[in-house]
Amino acid sequence: MHPRAIDWVIMGVYFAFVLGIGAALKRTTRTSTDFFLSGRSIPAWITGLAFISANLGAQEVIGMAASGAKYGMATSQFYWIGAIPAMVFLGVFMMPFYYGSRARSVPEYLRLRFDEKTRTLNAVSFAIMTVFSSGISLYAMALLLKLLLGWDFGTSVALSALIVLVYIFLGGLTSAIYNEVLQFFLIVFGFAPLTLLGLRDIGGWHGLVAGLETVSVSRGFSPHAWLSTWSVMGSPKDNPMGVEWLGMVMGLGFVLSFGYWCTDFLVVQRALAADSMDAARRTPLIAAVPKMLFPFLVILPGMIAIAATVHGGAGGLHLPHKADGSLNYDMVIPLMLGRYFPSGMLGLGLTALMASFMTGMAGNVTAFNTVWTYDIYQAHIVPRASDHHYLVVGRIATAAGIGLSIGAAYLTSRFSDIMDLLQLLFAFVNAPLFATFLLGMFWKRASGHGAFAGLIGGTAAAALHQGLTIPTGAQPGIKGGWIAVLHHYPSLMAQNLWTAIWAFTACFLVTVLVSLATRAREERALVGLVYSLTQRQRSAGQPWYARPAVLGAFVLLGALALNLLFW
Amino acid sequence: MRLDIRLPIGALFAVLGTLLAGYGLAGGPALAQRSLGLDIDLWWGLVMLAFGALMLWLAWRAGRRSRGGPSQ
Repeated sequence: MHPRAIDWVIMGVYFAFVLGIGAALKRTTRTSTDFFLSGRSIPAWITGLAFISANLGAQEVIGMAASGAKYGMATSQFYWIGAIPAMVFLGVFMMPFYYGSRARSVPEYLRLRFDEKTRTLNAVSFAIMTVFSSGISLYAMALLLKLLLGWDFGTSVALSALIVLVYIFLGGLTSAIYNEVLQFFLIVFGFAPLTLLGLRDIGGWHGLVAGLETVSVSRGFSPHAWLSTWSVMGSPKDNPMGVEWLGMVMGLGFVLSFGYWCTDFLVVQRALAADSMDAARRTPLIAAVPKMLFPFLVILPGMIAIAATVHGGAGGLHLPHKADGSLNYDMVIPLMLGRYFPSGMLGLGLTALMASFMTGMAGNVTAFNTVWTYDIYQAHIVPRASDHHYLVVGRIATAAGIGLSIGAAYLTSRFSDIMDLLQLLFAFVNAPLFATFLLGMFWKRASGHGAFAGLIGGTAAAALHQGLTIPTGAQPGIKGGWIAVLHHYPSLMAQNLWTAIWAFTACFLVTVLVSLATRAREERALVGLVYSLTQRQRSAGQPWYARPAVLGAFVLLGALALNLLFW
Repeated sequence: MRLDIRLPIGALFAVLGTLLAGYGLAGGPALAQRSLGLDIDLWWGLVMLAFGALMLWLAWRAGRRSRGGPSQ
């Protein structure tokens, strides 16, 4: 790939704007609430776009395109069953407790609802996780830039970390949110022509269908395996994911997606920055609309690339092979950028890619500095200091978080197994979380001891399940079976989904049992934190169509229509 | 009052759109070979310019309204 002067100019203009926004926001960032929560003053459409953009890091873009090639249309399950219902649930049912309790972070809600130890457990594991996620983002970007442009690994890491540091340091969460919105539009405008040109090249939708039928048959599936979602989920043997509908609905649709979208502070923080309760509730609902349409932006390129590789056509587009002979699916986006974009558009595409790496990192850093400052530093180290003190601590935490991310990036580049191991540990810690929040918000009897024991029990169940099962064809070790092999799953994804289901169930049961055996908090202390003890939200002065429940229903209908259309 | 985000978005897309469209116009048919004979720089540049202009117009309208109404 050989960028010319115009491409560098486009990148330069974008980064000048990014830093300019940070500088312009410095003036209005005076208190710790401004820095960590944008002073709770941002309109819903902005927090909504930031909400999905924070999740739309480059690993998501590259990974979803790769899955599009590997699994076809079924990848959109991650959106239509795996994200939309959870986002609607968050907006309609959970946001009143997050926003209404005035908690400044997700762990702080756990402190208000349960107790200090539950909060600390969640805060510490979350803080470690964000630092490593941000480091992995940095690592992946430096690796890609080295491959595409021949940039030095260290220079890429240092330069992008510096840019992220400057704009968060100056403008805090507002700066991160504004840049996420900027990046949202950049991704849409940078990648949409890729899909359009790819489709045109392969002979339109009909050409793509013909190509994907060849792909499906050549891999030993029915002709529409790469083109459908639910109709091939009857048995794990019928689809390239190796998953059946129950694991998909329960594991992905329920446990994993609700666990991520409804409890991960990285995304919830965007909604907490909204200027009113209604805006906070509308945040995930507004986000759900573009989210529903993203498969056409990020998954379709993968489907085009695999159809061209196997079936031919599309101007000789061909996915490269990895050292072990398998296709390198991660190259879909870079390959298509190089194939279809002339100088000029190439600059735009590369800028969109870099921007998404950086927002992926910035999202983690802003979540980290808040949780560190409020839930660890203020809770355990210096409890009663001035607001200015916490603002300074937040800025130092930003720099420290980025420093740790750089360390994590180098660690990952040195020991590649570390990434797999960490992602496994994160999965163990995250899988049970939603059970804790569900019981906390909707069952007033749930107690602090119950929640704490449930989280530990759920994580242990996840580790145990993973240690006792293995995907077919894998060696015992990091892929599972490190205790003993009691059960074989048809694929790694099926194993992951069932690990999550077991973890959730264990956490749910342990929380209920321990709560019944221990004393609940008095009801007065739970007002505003638990569903049955909180007044229903009345959206006064809102037209009927802007009410969260109505918006949520429309969003669900849209997702249902897409599921049926690509059944 | 805080910076209206539509201003930087509008300005960025107007600048990038102008750069792209200008480059596409000057580059001629040789440039379009890669993108299937379509001068994507020119056309997509114009789309981005139009989007940028729309954002700037929205920001300008909101700014005028808030100056007319109660100040923040």
